[in-house]
Amino acid sequence: MTTSAPTSGRTFFLRPQDMIGIAILAVLLVVILPLTLDNFRLQFVGKYLTYAFVALGLVLCWGYAGILSLGQGVFFGLGGYCMAMFLKLEASSVANTKIQTTPGIPDFMDWNQITELPLMWQPFNNLGLTILAVILVPALFAFIVGFAMFKRRVGGVYFAIITQALAAILTILIVGQQGYTGGINGITDLRTLHGWDIRTDAAKTILYFVCVGLLIACILLAYYVKSSKLGRILVAMRDKEDRVRFSGYDVASFKVFVFCLAASLSAIGGAMFTLQVGFMSPSFVGIVPSIEMVIYTAVGGRLSILGAIYGTLLVNWAKTSFSESFPELWLFGLGGLFIAVVLIFPNGLAGLWQTYVAPRLGPLFGGTAKRAVPSPASEPAVPAAPAVAE
Amino acid sequence: MNANVISDQMNKDFVLAVEGLTVSFDGFKAVNDLSFYVDENEIRVIIGPNGAGKTTVLDLICGRTKATTGSIRFKERELTRMKEHEIVRAGVGRKFQNPSIYEDLTVFENLEISYPKGRTVRGALTFRRDSAVKERVQEVAETIFLADQLDQRAEYLSHGQKQWLEIGMLLIQDPELLMLDEPVAGMSVSERKKTAELLNRIIKDRSVIVIEHDMKFVEDIAHKVTVLHQGKILSEGSMAKVQADPKVIEVYLGH
Repeated sequence: MTTSAPTSGRTFFLRPQDMIGIAILAVLLVVILPLTLDNFRLQFVGKYLTYAFVALGLVLCWGYAGILSLGQGVFFGLGGYCMAMFLKLEASSVANTKIQTTPGIPDFMDWNQITELPLMWQPFNNLGLTILAVILVPALFAFIVGFAMFKRRVGGVYFAIITQALAAILTILIVGQQGYTGGINGITDLRTLHGWDIRTDAAKTILYFVCVGLLIACILLAYYVKSSKLGRILVAMRDKEDRVRFSGYDVASFKVFVFCLAASLSAIGGAMFTLQVGFMSPSFVGIVPSIEMVIYTAVGGRLSILGAIYGTLLVNWAKTSFSESFPELWLFGLGGLFIAVVLIFPNGLAGLWQTYVAPRLGPLFGGTAKRAVPSPASEPAVPAAPAVAE
Repeated sequence: MNANVISDQMNKDFVLAVEGLTVSFDGFKAVNDLSFYVDENEIRVIIGPNGAGKTTVLDLICGRTKATTGSIRFKERELTRMKEHEIVRAGVGRKFQNPSIYEDLTVFENLEISYPKGRTVRGALTFRRDSAVKERVQEVAETIFLADQLDQRAEYLSHGQKQWLEIGMLLIQDPELLMLDEPVAGMSVSERKKTAELLNRIIKDRSVIVIEHDMKFVEDIAHKVTVLHQGKILSEGSMAKVQADPKVIEVYLGH
């Protein structure tokens, strides 16, 4: 009767503290890092950011909807391969490949006695179709897997194991079909995008900013989904799936949707990886990278969109630093980190931030958001006293 | 009244017609050739000892368990062939035995999710919290004594308040058939009284099936009582008639 917060409504999907958080991240990525890091290090950050797309998808899929996928590398890889196929075709012009038995096809095809460009590769002559494929091929694959699993109510650990198996299967398939995929080496020696040389430092800097721009756009999309009623249904499903089902929702279709969305986000990251790093190989598709991506999300905080981005950056930065000095210790470090997250701070860095730091900073930094799942109804502008003080 | 003599055209008068319903789990018949009919605006209470199949009957009606044989017709529609969410959309609401609410969401959001709009993926993405939604949530919140808790995260509610919230989540769907599984279980005496009052208010203008053990409560609300025993109907009729039935006294009330 006296509560006004829910009835005050929300005209915009971002709360003030979200906008501040996104702005801080944008300033860090667009201004601070490019000014303080040399080209070499900045390219590393660019590479890390491509994994952040995967982490973003995992926040929605795992954190919010409770669907743990241990096979996100599959989608990262599919996106990356789609982009690599386009770049490879461009690099394999007749002029560049005139020493081959069949000029005009990628070198690895020639080595494998393939004399004509396979049908599967044909659409990748066109950049527009390639971009569509980057987003749609992984989404379609996720749809098929998701539809088959979720309609049969396969979930939890079983789903995680199946996604892991998919990662293993796709790796084996790529390695085995060398003539069509480049095999274990992947697709290498990528040179130009529509004639623009992507190997120069200047091009890599531009691609870094494109990557940041796309990431911010995807973050906004994730915030939109999270703050919509669909976002709340995902949380509700995670808690009480049956209650959602018996409130008139087709639970499976929501799971399929969020799984496909996470797949497309991962694929955008994969495509940006190919562009920035200049190759794509099965080592980014398999079980190990898929699990590492889950760890990035867990460390950052699986319930926090921005937390997952920072988690990805920090874990990768640590990985690079450690691998440079103590290469053999890194895997132990990663394992230890994961155990620490599970045992000591289950909501990751974002959880620590929300518990210890944010309350001291005041409402604009999410000081009133007591828990990691923010309630859109309690606006920070209206001190939502009942939600905090029990 | 013998179920078998009721002809097909008479079924139109019933909101729910359950006929020859059987479900067997690995040969064990949890519900065995069950037939009963619920009238418009009727309040039917199902009682029976533990394991009699009461909750299974509700599970069958709402589609959570698939029937082995038999039919369940709700306003001329065959529910046994429909999916759970389609049954809900047809107008059947169900409350679970344990309070089943979304602990991570606020009371407002709990009610909003149950509001019958934006139930598809696209609908949920474009759903707007307009004034009709807010008014309806406010109205239901007042009915269930939670109007001043709308911003509270549901996990901080007391057990009784959680039960009320779930009742509210059903109420906002405005179902024609409401099924309640032990709505007053685990409540304090004062909560129980308030809940009885609440139920008496919300069961108007709809058909209700209630499972309850509390005899005083049953006496208060029941139009008709069905006693189940080992998956079959032991007795059916008014509370007074059922209580006087020697078979019922033997297996249930007498203990």
